[in-house]
Amino acid sequence: MGYPHPSHPGETAVLSKFFGDAGARSYAGWVERGGYEALKKALAMTPEAVVEEVKASGLRGRGGAGFPTGLKWSFMPKNDGKPHYLVCNADESEPGTFKDREIMRWTPHALIEGCAIACYAIAAERCYIYIRGEFTEPWKIMTAAVAEAYANGVLGENAMGSGRRIDVVLHRGAGAYICGEETAMMNSIEGRRGNPRIKPPFPAQAGLFGMPTTINNVETLAAAAHVIRNGAAWYKALCLGNPKSTGTKLVSVCGHVRRPGNYEITMGTPMKDLLDMCGGVGEGRTLKAVIPGGSSVPILTAAEAESCVMDYEGVVAAGSMLGSAGMIVMDDTTDMVYQIYRLARFYAHESCAQCTQCREGTAWTVKVMERILAGQGKQEDLQLLLDLSENMTGKTICVLSDSCAAPVVSGIQKFRGEFEAYITKARQPALAAV
Amino acid sequence: MISIQGRPTAAGDAHVEPHEPVFVGEAKVRLEAMFALYPTRQACLLPALWMVQEARGWISEQAIGETAAVLGLTPAYVKGVVTFYTMYHTHPVGRHFIQVCTTSPCGLCGAEETMKAILRYTGCGELGATSPDGRFTVVEVECLGACGFVTPILIDDDFIENVTPENVATILQGYV
Repeated sequence: MGYPHPSHPGETAVLSKFFGDAGARSYAGWVERGGYEALKKALAMTPEAVVEEVKASGLRGRGGAGFPTGLKWSFMPKNDGKPHYLVCNADESEPGTFKDREIMRWTPHALIEGCAIACYAIAAERCYIYIRGEFTEPWKIMTAAVAEAYANGVLGENAMGSGRRIDVVLHRGAGAYICGEETAMMNSIEGRRGNPRIKPPFPAQAGLFGMPTTINNVETLAAAAHVIRNGAAWYKALCLGNPKSTGTKLVSVCGHVRRPGNYEITMGTPMKDLLDMCGGVGEGRTLKAVIPGGSSVPILTAAEAESCVMDYEGVVAAGSMLGSAGMIVMDDTTDMVYQIYRLARFYAHESCAQCTQCREGTAWTVKVMERILAGQGKQEDLQLLLDLSENMTGKTICVLSDSCAAPVVSGIQKFRGEFEAYITKARQPALAAV
Repeated sequence: MISIQGRPTAAGDAHVEPHEPVFVGEAKVRLEAMFALYPTRQACLLPALWMVQEARGWISEQAIGETAAVLGLTPAYVKGVVTFYTMYHTHPVGRHFIQVCTTSPCGLCGAEETMKAILRYTGCGELGATSPDGRFTVVEVECLGACGFVTPILIDDDFIENVTPENVATILQGYV
């Protein structure tokens, strides 16, 4: 449901069904609501059959990249005699995204169930759930839920009587957006600085502690439990036309809408309908722009947003990406130049500084934009920003610098007039002179 | 261990306080129980640093040395890790540490005004500074992951949503 708002008839509540229902947090409450049936069912199947079921469902990674989950699980080596690891990415810190937080706050056992199923499927005995340091409330709730899961025999050396060991360990981050990148996350768990690693080797070959590892997002793992419980065909049928994007998606809507919150939609829902569910922009305002997938994706104009379909391919066709589906809505009062500058500041702050293009590129993007906002910009600054962005795209170990470039490039392309208004001094400076 | 005595910090000469070991008694038992959760001792570094910060409020040079020793790492390595992560304090902070989110989604909905109201109420004056009474330190934080509940703030371990310039005083008065 559109938590904290009542469920909207346009939503399909699968993952969000128990958001706001504190009774679902306990082990007993979760079992009463049909919890752990999926895990029981999975443990009665072969691991290969679990992987095949997830493959057949069409479930794709909900953290941003949209990689097919079953396929990812199938990359894990078989009978190699090495310990395997599952890492659950709960480092949710992409601006605009706040869905994993609600899954952990309201349905912690849904996540534990998903983790246990994935562990079984990839022959991992241990799962680390990496929770960002700022998520103090989800941390407490997850800590209590994990303890309850052990006490009830769901986890431990004989998980649900299966004879298999499944352990879940919570690992607390300490304030670094980059640790949401899977290889940086593995370094962080190993007690290192959160610098991303060069791939290959891919995590399925040499990941956490050098062992075969799968990294999945919170929402992906919670959804996998529903796939097992109700079957791949059921999940695949949750789709409005495009068979490449199936199931439901939690969309976090924020910014200039009347009812911000998490809306769970069937893949393929028009963005226009979703905006209506949120009550649209405020009285007397008009829609100006939407960042559909968390701050790392290109900005859509109002016209592009109006015709955009919310699934992986639909948002790409509209000129952006579904990403983590953190939707930032901006109305006609928004100063696009200032907002893009603020996003660039985010990336400059969060760069791990390992790659030159990112360390220098994000910092210089901020400096040039500060100059423009202070009324000291030059006409050639826009080309300079585009050149910088080009050198920041596809040239680094991870995609943080690409993520900084995406809103800058799309912003200049689509809202050039606003940049020029600062440069020609048609608009009052928004920042003090540098 | 390298001494950094004499370097000016936000809290003056706090660095010269004698160091009380953290990993003794019950804390030592907790740390050793953690060794079983990871295949290497190094992997216990982030949790161990959290234990230091919970016990002492910040992570001093001496605490870095102690943590390095209990995990079999070098102080230089541990310092490299401490300084990578923004949530570890490398100098003392106020009794209550306030993190205010002002990243774009919150910024769109008035977070900067909330931040200014918090700076006024606490008397901190500027971001990163501690109030003269030692009660508060206020910092700007990048995306707290609660963009639909503007403005989210984190006071110590309390995550508070929907803070506005109007309710700042009501929320903060309980933190003495």
